[in-house]
Amino acid sequence: MDAFVSLAHGLTVAIQPMNLLFALIGVLLGTAVGVLPGIGPALTVALLLPITFKLDPAGSIIMFAGIYYGGMYGGSTTAILINTPGESASMATALEGNLMAKAGRGGPALATAAIGSFVAGTIATLGLSLLAPYLVDIAVSFGPEDYFALMVVAFVTVSATFGDSPVRGLTSLFIGLLLGLVGIDILSGQSRLSFGVPELYDNIEVTTLAVGLFAVGEALYVASRRHIHEEKLEPVRGSLWMTKEDWKRSWLPWLRGTAYGFPIGALPAGGAEIPTFLSYATEKRLTKHPEDFGKGAIEGVAGPEAANNAAAAGTLVPLLTLGLPTSATAAMMLAGFQQYGLNPGPLLFADRPDLVWGLIASLFIANAMLLVLNLPLVGLWVRLLAIPQPWLYAGILVFATMGTIAANPSPVELIMLTVFGILGFLMRRFDFPIAPVVVGLILGPVAESQLRRALSISLGDPMVLLQSPISATLLFIALVALIAPFVLKGLGRFKAVED
Amino acid sequence: MTPSPQRRVDVAGLVIALVLLVLAGLVWWDMTKLQILSPYDLGPKVMPIVVSTCLVLLAIGNGIGALRGDLPARDSLDWMPIVLILGGLVCLIALIGLGGGFILGTAILFATTSRAFGRRAFLVDFLIGLVLAVLVYVLFSKLLALSLPAGPLERLI
Repeated sequence: MDAFVSLAHGLTVAIQPMNLLFALIGVLLGTAVGVLPGIGPALTVALLLPITFKLDPAGSIIMFAGIYYGGMYGGSTTAILINTPGESASMATALEGNLMAKAGRGGPALATAAIGSFVAGTIATLGLSLLAPYLVDIAVSFGPEDYFALMVVAFVTVSATFGDSPVRGLTSLFIGLLLGLVGIDILSGQSRLSFGVPELYDNIEVTTLAVGLFAVGEALYVASRRHIHEEKLEPVRGSLWMTKEDWKRSWLPWLRGTAYGFPIGALPAGGAEIPTFLSYATEKRLTKHPEDFGKGAIEGVAGPEAANNAAAAGTLVPLLTLGLPTSATAAMMLAGFQQYGLNPGPLLFADRPDLVWGLIASLFIANAMLLVLNLPLVGLWVRLLAIPQPWLYAGILVFATMGTIAANPSPVELIMLTVFGILGFLMRRFDFPIAPVVVGLILGPVAESQLRRALSISLGDPMVLLQSPISATLLFIALVALIAPFVLKGLGRFKAVED
Repeated sequence: MTPSPQRRVDVAGLVIALVLLVLAGLVWWDMTKLQILSPYDLGPKVMPIVVSTCLVLLAIGNGIGALRGDLPARDSLDWMPIVLILGGLVCLIALIGLGGGFILGTAILFATTSRAFGRRAFLVDFLIGLVLAVLVYVLFSKLLALSLPAGPLERLI
């Protein structure tokens, strides 16, 4: 098998001591930020981007991937112990997990989450290694119009299809696309939406946007609601280990969760939220212990946690093979590649196989590291939750501003950070999703250049988008994905009236 | 949420729709100033036209939602912490803009944010912020060779 040869070669890259060290730093950081409420993996990668600029590309990308996987493990700890999931992907875990912790079974809940994450992460990473070469083969034949159509699909699915409100999701996306327009247009050398401000000529920094939206926006939002919301940490009581019964009830949900998570993550369908809730619903229906659901059923933790991690590995498929980010963290990783002048896609597999396969191989290693770090050391991570909230958020803001100034030491950059922070606060308050803004800013300029390349090849005829069968099919899928939520919502309303 | 007949017009939602319209206008106006260099395609104008048009449509969509009161319910808001955090950020921006340096501004931001999250020991937090900022400054400038804006305090290190 071709994939296994490449993977074996990647393993030789991944086990170089420096890369192992980067992977370890990544999973440690990732777990820590996953555990801390208020910082997710996307923000961590964003904060590290300016600092890692001068490091070795392979090492820092391995570290980013470690953060991504680690964040998923850490997030489940917070979801189980304080019932405030750090990100939407851990919401399903919190449902039963926190009940288990309240019932004094926090240990087994954490264990099934960690082992399930390991099983799912390993299977899904294997899926990634097997699937990637095929996708790369297909992607090689893509013309610019096909790439553009693919990005349109990603735009629609990320913003409209799976959110609460397609209108609000698309609004977020177009705010991102608008921000992507700012700066000097590379092809014509003209500046757009810059208004004579020199800092705006160089485009809007992805890190400034992401840090503003995630760190400053989150801090403002949490601070403004502090009088309503209070967090309570459930101590881990009793045995940490799973009983034989727990294992018996966990292994099938792990596998089913993986089966949901990986394909949905691998399709450009956006995020880990859908598979976790699908998995939760499935386990609730299939369980032999329906009386436990609502009181802390281990199946309700095992399934969603596996789905969550499998989806995280799944999003790496479109990211690495097509350069298509479908979650905020994947978008930040793409920015990480771009800062070294690397563009994920079929060419990267051909030009830098050491880097791509080294990354994939290091995912297996990171996963194993995370299992070791999380099972025996969970008590240590829990202690992070004891950091007083005022210092935690004050620290987050200090690092956010510091990263921004380090990348570009100008007050204008900080003003942009503050403005994006206010934007992030307002978007949270009015329930607009954040990820589409980041995806729009990163992918917008790429989509634009593909579109213009296609149009200049066709001498300006927009029909080129429909003449290529791949592009036409993809645009049709995008159209269906755009209309579906409106139609389904209409059906839902109809049904409600009928009832 | 229960659909109720007495849904009210959401003023904030209408403001959002209006802002989107203004943004659409801004993008369109900016687009008209661009020059097309290639005779075959619309060049740099394509994306602005698409973005501007879609923003108008989304403004209409958001406006309809606001008129029907479709926006999700919002909790009450405590303005004090927001003012404190933004105040800290403004101090930092002003200090860096005026050459006051990174360390002082960061310490102020740390203290105001901490106050926003309910701590009352402003002076202690200011000192913690100061120590943190000095550590970061040393780490960045000596280890990572990244330059942070310097003021009087930084020149002492």
